[in-house]
Amino acid sequence: MKEITAMSAMTVAEKIKAKELSVQEVVEAQLKAIKLREPLYNSYITITENEAKEQAIKVQGQIDNGELKDSPLAGVPVAIKDNICTRGIKTTCASKMLADFVPAYDATVTERLKKSGAILIGKVNLDEFAMGGTTKTSYFGETKNPWNRDHTPGGSSGGSSAAVAAEEAFISLGSDTGGSIRQPAAYCGLVGFKPTYGTVSRYGLIPLASSLDQIGPLGRNISDCASILELISGYDPKDSTSIKQGRYNYRSALVDDVKNMKIGVPKLYLDEDLDEDIRSCFLGALKTFEDMGAKVELFDLDEIRHSVQAYYVISCAEASSNLSRYDGVRYGHRTGDYDGLDELYKKSRGEGFGYEVKRRIMLGAYMLSSDKYEAYYNKARRIRTIISKTYDEAFNKYDILLSPESPNTAPLLSDDYSSSKNKQKSEILNVSVNLAGLPAVSIPCGKDRKGLPIGLQLIGKKFGEKALIQAAYSFEQTRPYERPGTLVN
Amino acid sequence: MKRYETVIGLEVHVELSTASKIFCACSTKFGEKPNSNSCPICIGMPGAMPILNKKVVEYAILVGLALNCTISKKSILDRKNYFYPDLPKAYQISQLYFPIARNGRITIDTDDKSKSIGIHELHIEEDAGKLIHDSDKNMTLVDYNRSGVPLIEIVSEPDMRSAEEVKSYLEKLRTMLRYLGVSDCKMQEGSMRVDINLSVREVGDTRLGTRTEIKNMNSLKAISRAIEGESKRQIDILQSGGLIDQETRRWDDNENESVRMRLKEEADDYRYFPEPDIAPLEISDEWIHELMALLPEFQDEKILRYQKDYGISEYEAGVLTSSKEIANLFERATRLCNLPKEVSNWLMVEGMRILKDNYIDPWDICLTPERLSTLILMIEEGRINRIKGKEVFEKSFLEDVDPEDYVKKHGLEMISDDKMLRKVVVKVLEDNPQSVSDYKNGKTKAFDNLVGQTMKSMKGKADPALVNTILKEMLEN
Repeated sequence: MKEITAMSAMTVAEKIKAKELSVQEVVEAQLKAIKLREPLYNSYITITENEAKEQAIKVQGQIDNGELKDSPLAGVPVAIKDNICTRGIKTTCASKMLADFVPAYDATVTERLKKSGAILIGKVNLDEFAMGGTTKTSYFGETKNPWNRDHTPGGSSGGSSAAVAAEEAFISLGSDTGGSIRQPAAYCGLVGFKPTYGTVSRYGLIPLASSLDQIGPLGRNISDCASILELISGYDPKDSTSIKQGRYNYRSALVDDVKNMKIGVPKLYLDEDLDEDIRSCFLGALKTFEDMGAKVELFDLDEIRHSVQAYYVISCAEASSNLSRYDGVRYGHRTGDYDGLDELYKKSRGEGFGYEVKRRIMLGAYMLSSDKYEAYYNKARRIRTIISKTYDEAFNKYDILLSPESPNTAPLLSDDYSSSKNKQKSEILNVSVNLAGLPAVSIPCGKDRKGLPIGLQLIGKKFGEKALIQAAYSFEQTRPYERPGTLVN
Repeated sequence: MKRYETVIGLEVHVELSTASKIFCACSTKFGEKPNSNSCPICIGMPGAMPILNKKVVEYAILVGLALNCTISKKSILDRKNYFYPDLPKAYQISQLYFPIARNGRITIDTDDKSKSIGIHELHIEEDAGKLIHDSDKNMTLVDYNRSGVPLIEIVSEPDMRSAEEVKSYLEKLRTMLRYLGVSDCKMQEGSMRVDINLSVREVGDTRLGTRTEIKNMNSLKAISRAIEGESKRQIDILQSGGLIDQETRRWDDNENESVRMRLKEEADDYRYFPEPDIAPLEISDEWIHELMALLPEFQDEKILRYQKDYGISEYEAGVLTSSKEIANLFERATRLCNLPKEVSNWLMVEGMRILKDNYIDPWDICLTPERLSTLILMIEEGRINRIKGKEVFEKSFLEDVDPEDYVKKHGLEMISDDKMLRKVVVKVLEDNPQSVSDYKNGKTKAFDNLVGQTMKSMKGKADPALVNTILKEMLEN
C-alpha cells in the first residue's frame, strides 16, 4: 500500500469508510510526517496534536455508529490557515499582534468541517495578516517550498500550500484576497480554489479586506477540493454578505468532458513578457483543451488593466479599518511601558505590526481621509464596477477564461520580490478576479527548467464553480498529480 | 447696542428599546452585571461579523415617518473610524452618506404659537461601551453591555432660537418616540442624549454665525442653562470685538459654564467609508406602507379629538395625552364606563399626583382600563364612597390589585343603613356639644366638623350624602 500521507484526501476518506484504515492510524501517520518534515519547511504555526488525537477517537466512534456516511472527508486531517478562527486554539494571523490570541468561537468553516468529521491537524503559516505573497512577513518565520527549499511556497497562504505539497496535510484551507490561494497553489504544484464571493461564509475569517476576502481549499487534485468545497459552502446567517443558493453539489461536476466548452483567453495575459517556460506550458495547456474538443479563442479584456491600482486602494483602505482594533486595549499586543492612552496606542501598534502591515495601514488611512476619499476610494469603486461589467460581458461569450496563474514560478526566498517587475503583472491576473467576486482555480500544468511547478488559472462566472471543476477535472486527466521529488521519509 | 439672536440645531441620540442589540443577539437590558450582555460580535472579536437587526431599521423608519421624513429607498451603513477604549472595533458602524430618512419636520408649541422645526436627517448607529474609572486602583475598566445597543440620531435644522424652543422640541420628540414605543427616552439613564450646535448673530442677519458644539447633554434643565450660558459667552465675545472659534465644548453644570474640549482643527478625521460587512439596505414601498399603517394617533391629534368627542378642555386633553399609557387608560376606561368626565378627573387629579409622589413613569402604572372603569362604576352606583374610592384607586394604580377584591377583602362598601347612621349621629352630637352650639350660632364650619366626626366613627365608609341629610335634620330639630 502507498504511504498513507501520500494519498489523496478522497482516497483516505474512502479507506476509512471501508475500514481499511482507522482515523487514529491516519492521524498518527499525519503527525509523524509533520514531525519529520516541519523542521525543513516550517508550514505550521500551531500543531494541534492532542486535539487531533481526541477528535480522531470521537470521529471513529461516529463512523462505527454509522454516522457521517454522507461526509466525503470524515476522518481526514485538514490544516487551516492561521487567520481562520478556531475556538480555544491560537489564531495568530502570523503577527506579533495576535501571537497569543485565542478565539472564543469557531469560524463557520471550522464549525462545518468539525461537524463533517474532518480532523483539525494544525494552523498553518501565512504572511502577516495575509499581506504578501511569500510568507516572508510572518512573525513566525518564512515557510519553504517543498519543491525547492530555497524558494518561497507563495503566499499569503504559503503554509497552506507547503503543508499539502509536503504531505504534512491532505488538504488545507486558505484565504484569497488578491490571489492568496491560487498563487501559492501554483508555486507548490497544487490545486487552489477561490470560490465566488459570498459562497463560503467569512464569519471567523480575520479580515484583510472584507469586500475581497474569500476562503477556499488547496489540495492535490480537483476532486479533493470539490469535496471540501461542498462542506464549507452555503448560506450562513452569521455572514450578511453570504448568498442564498441551492445545494452545492460540486462532486457531480467531476466529469471528463469539455467538448464544445467555450474558452476565452484574454490577450493581455499573453502580451505580457511571460517567462518562456510558462508561455510554452500555457500554450500547451490551450492545445490540450482544444484537443479535448473545447473552443479556445483569444480576446481583448483590456478594461481590467487598472485592477491593481483599484485593488490596492480598496484593500488597503479596508485593511486600515479592519486592523484598527489591534490597539493594545481589547485586542493585540500591549506595550510594556506607556504614559497615557495615546502612547499606549502608538507604542503597541508600533511594536505589534510588521513593516508591510504598517505600510498598508498608512496608505489605507491616507486614502480614506475626508479630502482624499473621492480621489482614491470612490474612484477605485468605480473602476471596480467597470471590471465587473467587463467580466460579465466576457462571460456572455465564454464559459470559462484561461490565463497563466503567475508570470513566474516560485521566486527565491532571498529575492527582494517586492521590487520585482513581475509583481504587478502577477497581481493583475489575480486581483481582478477578487474585485469582480468571481470563482477561479489554479491547477498544475507543468514545470519550468528548474523543476518548479507552473500553474494554470481558470476563471468562471459568478457561481460558475461547476464549469471550473469540470474543466479542471478534464485537464487533470492529462496531467496527473506529481509530488515533489525531494520529500524525506 | 446691537441685538443678537441665538441659532440652535440639535443632534439627538436615542437608544432604541429593541430586545436585542443592533448587530447581535445580546440583550439591551440596562443595569445588568458588567459584560454579561456581550458576545464575539459586540466586543469586536477578530473575525466576528455584524448582522443588522431588522427591528432597528423598522423603528428608524417609523420615527422617520412620524417626523414626516422622506424614507431612503436605499440606505447604506458606514464605518466611522476612531480610537477610543470604549469602542472595541475602533470603528463605529453608523451612517454618513445614505441615512435612512431625510427632510422631515416637527411642529412645536411655544407661547401660544406653533413653529415648524426642520429635520435634516435620521440615521441608525451602534452605541459604544462604558468606561468606569477606578481612582483607587488608578485603573480604567470597560463594560461592553452598552456596546452595540441600537441608537438613532435625529439631526435637526438650525431652526430653534431659544432654550424654550429647544425644551419644547425635545419634549415633543420624547412624547412622540414614547408614543411610537421605540424608546423610553430616559435622559438620566442616557437613553436620550443631546448635542447642541449653537451660534449667535445680529438680529436681521440671515447668515449663520460660527457655531460651537456642546456634547452629550442629558438633562433638560442643564440644556436650558447650557444654551443660556453659551449664547451669553458668544455674545460677550462678539460685543468685545472678538471672534468665535469653531470648536467642541463640554458643559460644566456645576460651574455653570462651558469648557473647550477641542478646536475644529484638532477634530478627528473619521475616515468614513461604506461598511463592507453589511449589504446595502433596500427599503421597499410595501415595507414603508406596512409601517405607515402602524403609526399611532399622536398627541396633537388626540388633543383635538378629545375636546370634540369627550367635551373636555384643551388643558385636560393635553395632560391626559402627555403619555400613551395615560391616553390609553383614559380612552379604554371611558369606552367601558361611558363616563369621560369621571375618568378624566380621576386620572388628572389622583393619577398625576400619585405619579409625582412616587417618582414613577406612566409605563409603570399597574391600573388597567377594566379596573378603572369598575372602580368608577362602584362609586357611581354608591357601592363605595369617594374617600374609599381614592384609597382603592391608589392601591390598584401602583399594584396589581383588583378593586372588587380589595373592597370586599377590606369591607369598604358604603354603609347607607339609615337606622345605624342615626344612632352614630346621635352619639356624635352628644360628644361634641361645642360644635353643636357653634353651628346654631351660625358657624357653618362646625357642620363640616360634625360630618368628619361621623365619618370617622364609621371608618370612612358611611354614605356621605346620607350623613349630611341626617345631621342637618337632627340639628335643625
